Amino acid sequence: MIEGAFWIVLTGVLVTASCALLGTFLVLRKMSLLGDALSHAVLPGIAVAFLLSSSRAVLPMFFGAAVFGLLTALLVEAFHRRWRVQEDAAIGIVFTALFALGVVIITAYAGQVDLDQECVLYGEIAYTPWDLLLWGDQSLGPRPVWILGAMLAINLIVIALLYKEFKISAFDPAMAMSVGINATLMHYLLMGLVALTTVASFESVGAILVVAMLIVPGAAAYLWSDRLIVVIGLAVLFGVVSAVAGYFLASLWDSSIAGAMVVVIGGIFLFSLLFSPNQGVLARIYQRVRLSLQVAQDHMLLALVRREEKEVDRAGLRPAELVAAAAVWSPLAQLAFGGLRRRQLLVQANGVVELSAKGQQVALRLLRHHRLWETYMSHLGLPEDHVHDPADAIEHFIGGELAAELGEQISDEQDPQGKQIPPSN
Amino acid sequence: MIAENALRFLSLADANVRFVLFGSLLIGATGGLLGSFAVLRRRSLVGDALAHAALPGVALAYLWTGSKALPVLLTGAAISGVLGVLVMQFIINYTRVKADSAIGIVLSVFFGVGIVLLTHVQRVGTGNQSGLDKFLFGQAASLVDDDLRVMSVLAGLIILAVALFFKEFKALIFDADFLQTLGYSARWVDALLMGLIALTVIVGLQAVGVVLIAAMLITPAVAARFWTEHLHKMVLLAAAFGGLSGVVGTFISSLVPRIPTGPVMVLIATLCFVVSALFAPQRGVLARWRRQRHNSRRESQQHFLRACIELQEKLGTNRSLTVEELAIEMGLSPDRVKRLGRRLAEKGLVSSQDGRFALTAPGAEEGLFVVKSHRLWEHYLYYRAILDADHVDRPADEVEHLLTPEIIAQLEDILQREQGLDPTRIVNIHGTGSHYRRGGRE
Repeated sequence: MIEGAFWIVLTGVLVTASCALLGTFLVLRKMSLLGDALSHAVLPGIAVAFLLSSSRAVLPMFFGAAVFGLLTALLVEAFHRRWRVQEDAAIGIVFTALFALGVVIITAYAGQVDLDQECVLYGEIAYTPWDLLLWGDQSLGPRPVWILGAMLAINLIVIALLYKEFKISAFDPAMAMSVGINATLMHYLLMGLVALTTVASFESVGAILVVAMLIVPGAAAYLWSDRLIVVIGLAVLFGVVSAVAGYFLASLWDSSIAGAMVVVIGGIFLFSLLFSPNQGVLARIYQRVRLSLQVAQDHMLLALVRREEKEVDRAGLRPAELVAAAAVWSPLAQLAFGGLRRRQLLVQANGVVELSAKGQQVALRLLRHHRLWETYMSHLGLPEDHVHDPADAIEHFIGGELAAELGEQISDEQDPQGKQIPPSN
Repeated sequence: MIAENALRFLSLADANVRFVLFGSLLIGATGGLLGSFAVLRRRSLVGDALAHAALPGVALAYLWTGSKALPVLLTGAAISGVLGVLVMQFIINYTRVKADSAIGIVLSVFFGVGIVLLTHVQRVGTGNQSGLDKFLFGQAASLVDDDLRVMSVLAGLIILAVALFFKEFKALIFDADFLQTLGYSARWVDALLMGLIALTVIVGLQAVGVVLIAAMLITPAVAARFWTEHLHKMVLLAAAFGGLSGVVGTFISSLVPRIPTGPVMVLIATLCFVVSALFAPQRGVLARWRRQRHNSRRESQQHFLRACIELQEKLGTNRSLTVEELAIEMGLSPDRVKRLGRRLAEKGLVSSQDGRFALTAPGAEEGLFVVKSHRLWEHYLYYRAILDADHVDRPADEVEHLLTPEIIAQLEDILQREQGLDPTRIVNIHGTGSHYRRGGRE
């Protein structure tokens, strides 16, 4: 049983590693759907090969799949370019039609073909330990392991040899053409490898789940890094992890092993989606909140400094009024208020809030930036009642250099509304 | 046994057969109907993701309620399908993963979850679970009275909604900005359309299956697109193709036991597509090919007539011309010249005698018209577009076949006014003969 588990997990690892390796390029070249289509469309090739050779011999299967893989690519191209069907619709028509054909062949000849709907849907990886490759009467281990191992080796060798070419055509096809890389050839080479890998994986994981193994690890890895080699490495790692974890999950739940592997891959993607340091949802929410906080704080400081400017009323504001002045979601405004106090930009006395000396300085700088920008916009020809809003939006982002440049260009002492521009401090 | 089945089916005597037929008609027709909008809105494969994403919902609905009633399962399917689409949209909007990968991710991962749940149900269950796998490839024969009632209500809602919002959907597809100016929110109309597409997919799940139902959206719609340029005609035609595929597919799959309905329906729909793509009168491949052949034939015939006139002009005679002379003038092989001449002789535009060709009166008339078109266009390009004299022959060669008498009249008018050209004697831009000098612009 332990040995059986080992072979099953090894098979899963070989499938997911092979797929992840190629899938990264599919994701980067925006060819995921073609990969999806291809893995469905080779089904009739597999079915016909099963039917004609009445065995699970590998070569007829590869041959049948290659024929239908090529047919898919050519038909999509022809429908799209010559028959003027939208590309996604062309893909949809071709792969559903071929997949349907495959299912019909398999079910119509169910008696004669050792292949059924379940295998098409989720493969038979659980039977791997019993599907032995025999040499004479010596067992050499499970047949799928040999096939998939060879497939992984082929993929590794091709990618390693043509790494630079794949890389350039993935990111910049025009550049690839200009340095003499035949992008069309690279395209068909990649599609060819995908078709062969799909076939090699077919018995283990079926024709549909393989799509997840192709696309998802690459997409998840893409969320973690900007470097191709790292993305590929991570994708393969994710694939391997999902194969191992999927096996144990399946024995825990008593379910399809290939399906459980896909569930784990999906989980890894979800995790990446949430927690990746610069692409992840949480990281983005954090950045947004920080920005909103800064904007709210700036608005509070400005509200106070503007109030002081109107000589009549130098008494400061009550905290609630200040929060209202920031005009943001109030829990966020509370946070912003706390932040300002911690930074000692505010002093609170007798229930009202006033700017500290340091706060005064920061606030005046903001006000200067705001009014400089207003003046600049009005020099550009904007009417004076249109300059406040853009200045309100940009005042938080005007740094020292830009402020200096604006100060050099603008010699006005007053902004378009006739208010004093505070001097730089 | 097959004949027996066919007879039973065709006689419609069996109430169940009637349910099944009506059901597949409804499914096919609503698929075509909504598919037209989906395809034109470039959402073809979103339906695919949605359908695959519905699978875990079906299994979970069964696991939670223990019921296999269609409304329960379809509710589960709808929830997880829509969730899938939302996840997809989220991935597209908030990460750098592109739309194509997002579709693939949702489709395959949700399907994987569905497979895990389904196999779990099968292995742990009590033997009451066998009905769920028909959601994979579809089994129209399993439709019963109750299912049909649910489906009819849903299909009726879909059709009603499409009828009510036809104009809005049309505006959304062709000009979303225009829709905004009418005071609609394009986002809400889009969401409504997406909701209807989802509903259509859900209605068809049991009969067609999650794996292939996308084709019932895409294929009939694309087939219909070949026949017409009008949205309402396309929608109706797509519904007809869909309905046809539904009924015929169901019929065929009922003849042979074990063959699931979905794939057969899809193959029939694909047949509709291929026939449409080949034979549709305007946009079809054959029609386009015929048009092209007709045009190129007409062009070479007109070249022949022009060559006759220009050669006679050059030689200063009205004598008939030999094949060799024409071949050199036209830059074609003598054989091809002979074939062209024979075809023109059949039309009565040239007369041929002893291997020599001469223009008949109608031939001379058409030839002169072509010569005039060619030269007027050369002059026009030369003076107006300021092309060099040695760059105007090739474009004129192509345009000469397209100019209408109205355009000719306008060109004559312009050239006479601006350049003082005599419209009754338009000469070659190079003067006469084959040599010319530049600088004739003054």
